[in-house]
Amino acid sequence: MNSNDLWIVFTAIAVALICALPGCFLVLRRMAMVGDAISHAVLPGIVIAYLLSGSRNTMYILPGAAAAGMLVTVLIEWLQKRLRVQSDASIGLVYTLLFAIGVILVTAFTAQTDLDQECVLYGEIAYVPFDMMSIVDGGFSAPRQLWIASGLLTVLIIVITLGYRGLYLSTFDPGYATAIGISVVFWHYILMSMVSLAAVVSFESVGAVLVVALLTGPPAIASLFAKRLPLMLLLACVFGVLACVFGYLIASFLNASISGSIAVVIGVLYAFSLVIKKIFF
Amino acid sequence: MGWISDFLLLNDPTLRVVVPGVLLLCGMSAAVGCFTFLRKKSLIGDAVSHSVLPGICIAFILNGEKNIFYFLLGAMISGLASVLIIDYLTKSRFARNDTAIALMLSVFFGLGIVLLTYIQHQGNASQAGLDSFLFGKAASLNKDDLMIFGISSLLIFLLIAFLLRGFSLVSFDDSFAMSIGFPVVWLKSLLSVLTVWSIATGIQAVGVVLMAALLIAPALAARMWTNSIIKMLLLAGIFGMLSGYSGAFVSYALPQMPTGPWIVVMASVIAFGSLLLAPRKGLFSQIIERNNNEKKILQENILKIFYHIDEKSGETQKAVLQEDLLNQRSFSNRNMRKGLRILERKNYLSNHLGAWSLTSSGRVEAKRIVRLHRLWELYLQEYLHLDPDHVHDDAEAMEHVITPEIEAQLDVLLGNPTIDPHQTQIPSKDE
Amino acid sequence: MKEVKSSSVEVHNLTVIYHRKPVLWNIDFQLPEGKLIGIMGPNGAGKSTLMKAILGLVPLNSGYAKIYDQDLKDVRSRVSYIPQRQTVDWDFPATVKDVVMMGRYQHRGLFGRITAKDKEIVDEALEQVAMQSFKNRQIAQLSGGQQQRVFLARALAQQADLYLLDEPFVGVDASTEESIVSMLRSLRDQGKTLIVVHHDLHTARDYFDWIVLLNASLIGVGPLDEIFTDEKLRTTYSGKLTVLSQVGDRLREKNFPVREK
Repeated sequence: MNSNDLWIVFTAIAVALICALPGCFLVLRRMAMVGDAISHAVLPGIVIAYLLSGSRNTMYILPGAAAAGMLVTVLIEWLQKRLRVQSDASIGLVYTLLFAIGVILVTAFTAQTDLDQECVLYGEIAYVPFDMMSIVDGGFSAPRQLWIASGLLTVLIIVITLGYRGLYLSTFDPGYATAIGISVVFWHYILMSMVSLAAVVSFESVGAVLVVALLTGPPAIASLFAKRLPLMLLLACVFGVLACVFGYLIASFLNASISGSIAVVIGVLYAFSLVIKKIFF
Repeated sequence: MGWISDFLLLNDPTLRVVVPGVLLLCGMSAAVGCFTFLRKKSLIGDAVSHSVLPGICIAFILNGEKNIFYFLLGAMISGLASVLIIDYLTKSRFARNDTAIALMLSVFFGLGIVLLTYIQHQGNASQAGLDSFLFGKAASLNKDDLMIFGISSLLIFLLIAFLLRGFSLVSFDDSFAMSIGFPVVWLKSLLSVLTVWSIATGIQAVGVVLMAALLIAPALAARMWTNSIIKMLLLAGIFGMLSGYSGAFVSYALPQMPTGPWIVVMASVIAFGSLLLAPRKGLFSQIIERNNNEKKILQENILKIFYHIDEKSGETQKAVLQEDLLNQRSFSNRNMRKGLRILERKNYLSNHLGAWSLTSSGRVEAKRIVRLHRLWELYLQEYLHLDPDHVHDDAEAMEHVITPEIEAQLDVLLGNPTIDPHQTQIPSKDE
Repeated sequence: MKEVKSSSVEVHNLTVIYHRKPVLWNIDFQLPEGKLIGIMGPNGAGKSTLMKAILGLVPLNSGYAKIYDQDLKDVRSRVSYIPQRQTVDWDFPATVKDVVMMGRYQHRGLFGRITAKDKEIVDEALEQVAMQSFKNRQIAQLSGGQQQRVFLARALAQQADLYLLDEPFVGVDASTEESIVSMLRSLRDQGKTLIVVHHDLHTARDYFDWIVLLNASLIGVGPLDEIFTDEKLRTTYSGKLTVLSQVGDRLREKNFPVREK
């Protein structure tokens, strides 16, 4: 393994972690498909932010795309509550529309945005080492994506640690949470913004669909074994890391998409875990 | 602009394949989508459409060239596999349904991507265009494809026509269907197969990523306009074909554009349009209905005031000065003016030199309203044990929806009363 | 209306409308302190909604609820709520101890440290419901009765004065029901107030000191003997409110507001 390989694996791991942590709460709240919707919906946000700001500067892209992610949650809730559209159809309707608009924009403005249809789907994690930066001039230099992902990871860890009781109780027993004065709506939106941010940051590396694999896969595996939430969060991270390492090895061996391989490894890990669970638990 | 008329008149021989092909695909998927929609399983359709990708790639690897027949077979197998796995995970309670769907969708799709990139890097010349399955490319349809689509849509159409009763009952209430001896398991499995089948064919035009929209959007749009399942199927088919037609147009006009996103945007525009515009259930008609309700309440309340004035003064159709009316507590001046104007137009009130009075038809109407109000108050007191001084507020809005049938029931329940909780006379029904 | 000397819960002119349908109508009552009180009524009478309205979990269309003569937000720490067992997901990754510890969150806030004292209180609560030996068990592996005991322990750990229990006896075995009842009695004997949504008329007579009879509107409230009369029960359970529900349906169908303005 040379240093490029290591950077790719590290970036993949950082991305896996920022997805796994909020992903645990999504899975527990039965909102995995809302995660799917958000991860698709950030595409038009990214493209529009590119086009308006004229740069790939993360300072513009991140808020723009995260706003698109929030928009999709609000729109889905509005369709369900105001127009009484059933939940599956409202999710499906909203995200396909936003993603379609995103793909059209990408195709129409490929030259301006550096994005193309393929990168929208598989991400461009293989190119991560070619975009290095350091925080201070001449200082330690690492891939730009890795910096961003680690920054977000730090934020997420802080938010989840500080907001642990709020997130925990509003997920497990919203009625009781409200009764003791915890705002369920507030924590709902905190979670949704974490998911949106995670989706945006991961999108460039692994593409829309595979963000879903990282959001739901490791938490789903962890939930087979974990009997407490802290353990579930930890296990989800461990499985996310495993999936990245093995996924990368398979991808290099087959000379195929890295993000796709990570998703396949997640599937294999899940299948394995099911077998182990059936036999030993 | 000759190319537009070329498109519309199907002057190009490829158009004569592409346009009917896309219409068949989209119409068929939309019709099948109605059942997935009604069974609230739209997201399974989403999972299936992503899951067919590895099947297509494996078919290509095994066969070494592009062949629609093998593609369909591969797509069917991997699509059905993901349905079965999702079912198993959910039933065995290893994962919640939403997690199972999201997981299978992304894992199967990931496998598809791995295989696709693997094939691309092999440098097999005939793989070119395999990635058009991702976002769809209507222009790549050929005559063989068209024949297969023709046959399969005919088959699906016949199946739906023959089994319509079973399919609708299973979608609506499967335990009842089971209790009257319908082969529920078979019908459900058949529906799943049809769903996978229509997705496997439809991805040619729309692509695996956005195919779910073609199942969901037309069905949702159609549901807004009708309550009958047959009409819903037809409407959804038409909406689907409209979307497909626009996609084919884009494919013709802008060959570098994938067709899928355009079909989806068009289908979504139809769906959102229906959500806004459909009669009764649509957003606009709800807003209009609410406004009408407010107007109705306003008019009836003003009529009530006139009746009270008559009652107090002992005269009938007593004239009241507009200024006095404007001083009424519970109305804004603007509303009062608006209400008076409407009532005058309806010939319930007449206006002589700034003084208003009930017309004779207005008096009949006012009496009807006051009667309902007082009956309702009495009902609330007798049956809900509400204090007379609390009754008024809650009776306020409800009396406006009381139908003659409910009025008759109230009359019987209360024993044809004549006095209300405030000890005033309840006007009799006819006089 | 019955006046009560020192009231635990006071509800005044309370109306709740759910999905455009009136569920509770102008409810007015005061409940005493230190009693075991049952809220009774047929299905759909609004029993659980009344409890949620007292706790501020559903929006009120009119009126108010006060607890110990104060607004709910000022006395939250004195109130403990035990929701219906089926409303939570028992597959959740949490142990018995974790759930009971939630009872301490209110005292420690979102960020405060859990102290040794809290752990002691949790242990005591588990002891009282005889679930000490299950404390590291995952909640998914409990029986219905055990789950209900865990919920009760969580409420005990809150060390409140007023307990609101929503259908605590649904789906629990007879021995759990008995032990819950005796626990509720001993809490009452310590001067706590317990309000229980309950639907079984036969057992109600044995369990409660006070009764709230409800069917969309208040039929009666007071000591058991005064309220459990044939006549009152007949009014509650006779279902003469079909006209009301017809009108409610029409309001919804026609998109009417329930109140004007």
